[in-house]
Amino acid sequence: MRSAQFLACSAALAVGVLLCGGAYAADESAAPLSTADDSSQTGAAPSGGTAATPSPDAAASTSLSDFVDSGRLLLTQGVSNVEGASGGGLASWAVISGYETNDAVGGNAHFTYLNLPGYTVRDFGGSVGLFNRVELSYTRLQLDTGPTGGKLGIGDGYTFNEDIIGAKVRLFGDLVYDQNSLLPQVAVGVQYKHSENGALDEALGAKNPDGVDFYVSATKLFLNNALVVDTTLRLTKANQIGLLGFGGDLNDTYRPEFEGSVGYLITRRLVIGGEYRTMPSNLGFAKADNWFDVFAAYALNKDLSITLAYANLGSIATFKNQDGVYVSVQAGF
Amino acid sequence: MIRSPIRAALVAATVIASAPLALAQATTSAGEAALADGTPIKGDAVYKAFNEKAGIDRLTDDFVHRITTDPRIAARFQGANLTRLTFELKAQFCYLLNGPCTYAGKDMKTAHQGMGLRNRDFNALAEDMQKSMDAEHVPFWAQNQLMAKLAPMQHAVVTK
Repeated sequence: MRSAQFLACSAALAVGVLLCGGAYAADESAAPLSTADDSSQTGAAPSGGTAATPSPDAAASTSLSDFVDSGRLLLTQGVSNVEGASGGGLASWAVISGYETNDAVGGNAHFTYLNLPGYTVRDFGGSVGLFNRVELSYTRLQLDTGPTGGKLGIGDGYTFNEDIIGAKVRLFGDLVYDQNSLLPQVAVGVQYKHSENGALDEALGAKNPDGVDFYVSATKLFLNNALVVDTTLRLTKANQIGLLGFGGDLNDTYRPEFEGSVGYLITRRLVIGGEYRTMPSNLGFAKADNWFDVFAAYALNKDLSITLAYANLGSIATFKNQDGVYVSVQAGF
Repeated sequence: MIRSPIRAALVAATVIASAPLALAQATTSAGEAALADGTPIKGDAVYKAFNEKAGIDRLTDDFVHRITTDPRIAARFQGANLTRLTFELKAQFCYLLNGPCTYAGKDMKTAHQGMGLRNRDFNALAEDMQKSMDAEHVPFWAQNQLMAKLAPMQHAVVTK
């Protein structure tokens, strides 16, 4: 089972890399074409006077590179988080997946592993960014109880599985360009979440195996200070982001929760920072704590980035102080 | 001419907007310096971090070589007067970095009218600028100061 997951993940990563490679290859092959296209027209430009521009982009020749440009700057998509959305490790941000500009599409595949004293969390999925405007994502989240399962009476290695389908729309603002104002990049998102352990969730007090989260994110890059800051407001009923179902015996209404992240750019490739995320505590049998992490995300290039973090998820299903090392690899274009 | 010598240095860090200028000046009529839509960076720390006028000149020579050979945007410069472009960019960067330089010319919007520039063009130029700043060994914090000046020009430069 586990090896199958790794295989699936490896395949996803391979696809991501292949897509990337394809994109770059297309770029190179397209370049001579567009040069040729332009050269016939640009001859007039120098003598032509002011707005006699060289041929506007080689629109005539449509190629893959027109749709896959990887044209945004390094790290400006953030990284894929535990819910499959672009952001930090735990929080969702207003950035859109992929390195595409407004003329193209992009995307990512990711695999995340979090080793806790009582559990192992695995998370793999993918996302697509459309025109730096819309993000669609899917991720499969697993909480493997290992020996803890036996202590909980559900059997060693019992694994909670959750599917998360997300959509996010950037409303206004640009992370990079808006350096002369305080305007952040703002996006709204929705996440449909399905827990596969409905019967157990219910036995634990949850009201529903399915739930929908709504959030609004504002992300601001302060280039002068090499700082990126995000604040997100989320309406949710999710217990442990949905792994233990939605709603509970203590509360079954939407509550506003907060996610905040601060990152410092050490170089163009490396950002370090921390995140904090408040969680509802709907289940009487087990209190849920707020989450936090400190992270370092490194982009080898636009194809591949790695995130390392220390994450603390507090108490999960009565097992306290669940903290450990978070590793995430993401491949895309 | 662009391939000529002055390639001593290479590459640099975090920008975004020199693109507009270069594209603008390369393709507009005589390549008048387009006045940077921005005020100079305060103080002289950043100017010094760019190795002052000599550094800015080296960086710009490297930069012009990069943008005119970058397969993503090289076609934009076909037929442009690169000598003029280089001259104007040196003045503009120097001005923005609060060096002892002045220039006059069109504003960014006017300079780029009708060129149909896209975000991908702007960003490609920004990445070339990062490489040029790296090549000049401009520290990251100083690169960010110039980038922060250049980035907002996207609003005037990109029209598609």
